[in-house]
Amino acid sequence: MTEPVTGPDARGHWGQFGGRFVPEALVAALDELDAAYRKAMADETFTAEFDRMLREYANIPSPLYHAERLSREVGVRVLLKREDLNHTGAHKIRNVLGQALLTKRLGKNRIIAETGAGQHGVASATAAAYLGLDCTVYMGAEDCRRQALNVARMKMLGAEVIPVTAGSQTLKDSINEALRDWVSSVDNTHYLLGTAAGPHPFPVLVRDLVSGIGREARAQCLDMIGRLPNAVTACVGGGSNAMGIFHAFVPEESVALYGFEAGGKGLDTGKHAARLVVGNQGVLHGARSYLMQDDDGQIIESYSISAGLDYPSVGPEHAWLKESGRATYEAVTDAEAMDAFQRLCRTEGIIPALESAHALAGALRLAPVLRERHGDDAVVMVNLSGRGDKDMETAATYFGLTEDAA
Amino acid sequence: MSVTPAFEAAKRAGRAALVGYLPAGFPTVDESIAAIETMIDSGCDVIEVGLPYSDPVMDGHAIQRAAAMALAGGCRTREVLRVVEAVAGKGVPILVMTYWNPIERYGVDAFARDFAAAGGAGLITPDLIPDEAAEWIAASDAHDLDRVFLVAPSSTKERIALTVNACRGFVYAQSIMGITGARDSTSSAAPGLVERTRAATDLPIGVGLGVRDGDQAAEVATFADGVIVGSAMVSCLLDAPDEKAGRKALGSLTAELAEGVARGAG
Ligand SMILES: Cc1ncc(COP(=O)(O)O)c(C=O)c1O
Repeated sequence: MTEPVTGPDARGHWGQFGGRFVPEALVAALDELDAAYRKAMADETFTAEFDRMLREYANIPSPLYHAERLSREVGVRVLLKREDLNHTGAHKIRNVLGQALLTKRLGKNRIIAETGAGQHGVASATAAAYLGLDCTVYMGAEDCRRQALNVARMKMLGAEVIPVTAGSQTLKDSINEALRDWVSSVDNTHYLLGTAAGPHPFPVLVRDLVSGIGREARAQCLDMIGRLPNAVTACVGGGSNAMGIFHAFVPEESVALYGFEAGGKGLDTGKHAARLVVGNQGVLHGARSYLMQDDDGQIIESYSISAGLDYPSVGPEHAWLKESGRATYEAVTDAEAMDAFQRLCRTEGIIPALESAHALAGALRLAPVLRERHGDDAVVMVNLSGRGDKDMETAATYFGLTEDAA
Repeated sequence: MSVTPAFEAAKRAGRAALVGYLPAGFPTVDESIAAIETMIDSGCDVIEVGLPYSDPVMDGHAIQRAAAMALAGGCRTREVLRVVEAVAGKGVPILVMTYWNPIERYGVDAFARDFAAAGGAGLITPDLIPDEAAEWIAASDAHDLDRVFLVAPSSTKERIALTVNACRGFVYAQSIMGITGARDSTSSAAPGLVERTRAATDLPIGVGLGVRDGDQAAEVATFADGVIVGSAMVSCLLDAPDEKAGRKALGSLTAELAEGVARGAG
């Protein structure tokens, strides 16, 4: 069926994707990180310490949950990987704890992070507080205004939040700013990149740190139903939660992998973040992947109701999974995601992150197809990458609940 | 036209070459052409034309602002080629300093062809390292263009060797760990980096990032073959009340820097 999916190679390439499109000044730090990470992953004291932190501090492994009422409604069995129950409310805690631990191994005492809505910023500030590191978070000035509460959270945890006023004042500009900081501070600072994107080794490093999601889910699923699911769905922002759950299933050819990007207001409106679905290849933030760009290669601003999916590039391994045919990528609009969001609230008493609502909407869209293919036994596993507390303002506005209260 | 004759002429004159940077389209396409002509008339030996880009990770405040103004004014790759065409042929080689994505989007070989046809000398690629540059190396060979990669204070001996072997024209030594922007003092890392680079190549070595006045240019000229000035030139235009005053300031700064590079080596 599909080409074998392997990778990356030693220089961080999955086929034509990935690599390092960075200033030479950063190459030494990336080499150092690559070597340290390989050594750490092969070192039992590191992996044991990482596992202990996940278990004792972050409430991991997260459960795999059979959403029975929802399943009955849609006609296929829906399993939710409950990453929303992790400390700080998302899969991201795995990545930040892993990289913060690496930072200490590198002998560095400061981390910098970029954040869009604030989720990765809060997670980074948390890991920094937990491990006693200094933390600076770059956040677009526009995002700071939209997410004032998350800014307060980060500050409460002891992080310095620097509003970025350049460019579109959103996530992509905070990544640029973090890279600028890193070029100047690489001696004592680790750039704790928030997703499976960026220059090598970040995409593979982050994927490995979050890949416990899929390993746990695979074992939990075998325990629960005695076989693997027919399909796994995840939302794709930078790509970390999706790679996290996909990785353990990539070799399992019976399991279909589906990534859902933000279709925003619709693919024909230009207001979306469907890079893999309608974007084209290019280079941004250190890697070759799929991008939102104009005919001149200038980066176009992306859009999603879900801040965590609002990013004009995507991790290179997803570009490769798409190219090789191993995974399928589709777009879910704001409206579809909000429907799925409300449906999960009402059927299961779980308020998901808007990002996760995209993965769920995708699963609901797939349900009739899976049912046709696999009958009554069809099983879809959804990575519920995070909880919706952070999104209540958006959701309340969307559903007109704020007026009701007044 | 390669930069090689310009560096050789400066060397024969017993001085370093002055390399001046300005983004195309800043403040407008026509005004950028006029400003570059001023830089040529006032003593620049080599010109770097910046290709304005939405995500300039290596650039500090001044150049970011200038690039954003150029983009807002509609300056795209085709306009950059128009600027190159307008200022080439005045005896001063024209390089384009560009982030990599716009070149890929244009088509690497197509850009090399059109750029060479416009009279351009070569590219400086701040976010393209030789490791990822196979397509550009082939295209620049095919169209006989200079290829300027960067070395940095953090570069190992192996990376310096790899980088200089991929360069043609000159080698760009980024003198500080940091981004573009004029600084009060130049880097203490620069002389050592130039020395390490010189041990690996016979190509001329230009030093950039941070130079803003004649004294600093003179200091850098004591150990480098070229002195590269960007943000300070951009600031002349950013800070001026009008276009004419901006060009006047740019002309005097260029003259001061040209005097500096001559003094430094003397
Ligand atoms: C809960 C949640 N899920 C998913 C994402 C999307 O990111 P990624 O694709 O890197 O996992 C985010 C990003 O903020 C998030 O907060």
